Amino acid sequence: MDEKRELVDLLRENARQSTADLARQTGLSEDRVEELVAELEASGVLRGYQAVVDWDGLDGEHVQAEVELNVELDRETKYTDIARRIAKFPEVSSLRLVSGTYDFAVDVEGESMRGVSQFVSDQIAPIPEVTQTVTHFVMDTYKERGIEFDDYDEDDRLSVSP
Amino acid sequence: MKIADRVEQVPPSGIRRFFELAEEMDDVISLGVGEPDFSAPWAARTAAIDSLERGRTSYTANRGMRELREAIQRYVRRWDLEYDPDTEILVTTGASEAVDLAMRAFVEPGDAVAVHQPSYVSYVPTVTFAGGEPLTVPTYPEDDFALTYDALREAGAADAEVLMLCYPNNPTGAVMEEDGLREVAEFAREHDLAVLADEIYAGLRYEGEHTSIATLPGMRERTVVFNGFSKTHAMTGLRLGFALAPPEAIDAMNRIHQYTMLSSPTTAQYAAIEALRSCDDAVSEMRTQFDRRRRFVLSRFDEMGLDCFEARGAFYAFPDCGGDDEAFAEGLLESERVALVPGSVFGPGGEGHLRVSYATGMDELKTAMDRIERFAADWSG
Repeated sequence: MDEKRELVDLLRENARQSTADLARQTGLSEDRVEELVAELEASGVLRGYQAVVDWDGLDGEHVQAEVELNVELDRETKYTDIARRIAKFPEVSSLRLVSGTYDFAVDVEGESMRGVSQFVSDQIAPIPEVTQTVTHFVMDTYKERGIEFDDYDEDDRLSVSP
Repeated sequence: MKIADRVEQVPPSGIRRFFELAEEMDDVISLGVGEPDFSAPWAARTAAIDSLERGRTSYTANRGMRELREAIQRYVRRWDLEYDPDTEILVTTGASEAVDLAMRAFVEPGDAVAVHQPSYVSYVPTVTFAGGEPLTVPTYPEDDFALTYDALREAGAADAEVLMLCYPNNPTGAVMEEDGLREVAEFAREHDLAVLADEIYAGLRYEGEHTSIATLPGMRERTVVFNGFSKTHAMTGLRLGFALAPPEAIDAMNRIHQYTMLSSPTTAQYAAIEALRSCDDAVSEMRTQFDRRRRFVLSRFDEMGLDCFEARGAFYAFPDCGGDDEAFAEGLLESERVALVPGSVFGPGGEGHLRVSYATGMDELKTAMDRIERFAADWSG
């Protein structure tokens, strides 16, 4: 067993597990678990721990959009240069360079459709290298980071069976 | 109507009583379940749906679809088992049907059938229904519930015609390594016993690989191997298993099967073909999850001072509760709302133990273990 990989798998399933429970499941000592997690954090493998939120259950507006971005590079500008600039905006929740018909896939979050639209048109589109943006507003979420947003998770097994 | 004696003499399963107790209560966390908490891999389910959409609702060949038997031939090679799909493989309605067929095919009225205990609740009744006489062979906690040559000899299994063998084991989670199996095989050869090897949990071995007794010298010709899709592929409700044996044994079993079952569920056979074709990753992911839970549960029992040997198969732990297992299980259910099965339900040698199934999500498992710890701390046996 690759110890680090095993811990990463467990934390991806549930990052709130105690060190003791991580130790029990892996067969490692608690000290060893702490040491490995510290290493994973220090080396930048584990970048953070966040909640997976179904916004439907909260009051107030929350809007997500996926933005396709096309850019034009020149001798002085690389993808990373453009990415660095876009990633700085707090409205941008994720930013990836992708293969296919466009260059960057940008996730944008905001409190209203108007706010998100304005952000894209006022902050992203004017960047000199950006040649095109296509904004897709998220209409419904069914699954996020491996977690399904449905409520029929009922265990229909008999409570006791041979 | 008069009920036949051989049926009357078999009492209802002891599991039934606990099931009824648990069903009456709300908010019970159950560690009493003998099946995975996962659903069958999605690809297998879509194959079943697809077969229905295409109208595949007829009988299949008695022995099962040839495509499935060929897939089974390739599948069991991982345990060094080699069987001819035309003559040596029979697809059955769950491994349970296969066990029943074998008992009826090989047991004469009054024949002794050695069954190691504690064991899965169906073997002894199946022997009785077939007209045989069950012979109890004990297994012991000090052997980690493995079957030994001495136990077979002391129990008088030399006079038996058939040995029923189940490793990895339900209810103990015990496994047998090749060394131990060699002893059992030697006994079977010396005393000319047929071996019925229920290997339904072969795919759920942790820290080591499963060895089938049929692969040991001189054993293939006297062994029927049972396996299926219920446990490893989380397909319990689809009811599909299979038997592997030399041609004359499969012929005999198929003679009963063709008149009583005709063929196993067609939809399930389509699901099984896909399960064997493309679901290895899903199966190994489930095994990984079971293994984590296994280590977690064993570690918690160790910390709370309940003696529990290191179960390395299936999805059961079998701790010693230090007293009356039925009283423990009932008390735990009433005061802490955790259902598990008292070991005595599984026959002699099970008393004083609890079968704890860890086929339950990690969050519930954590809560259940907290509750067991709280209950055990105040329990005086």
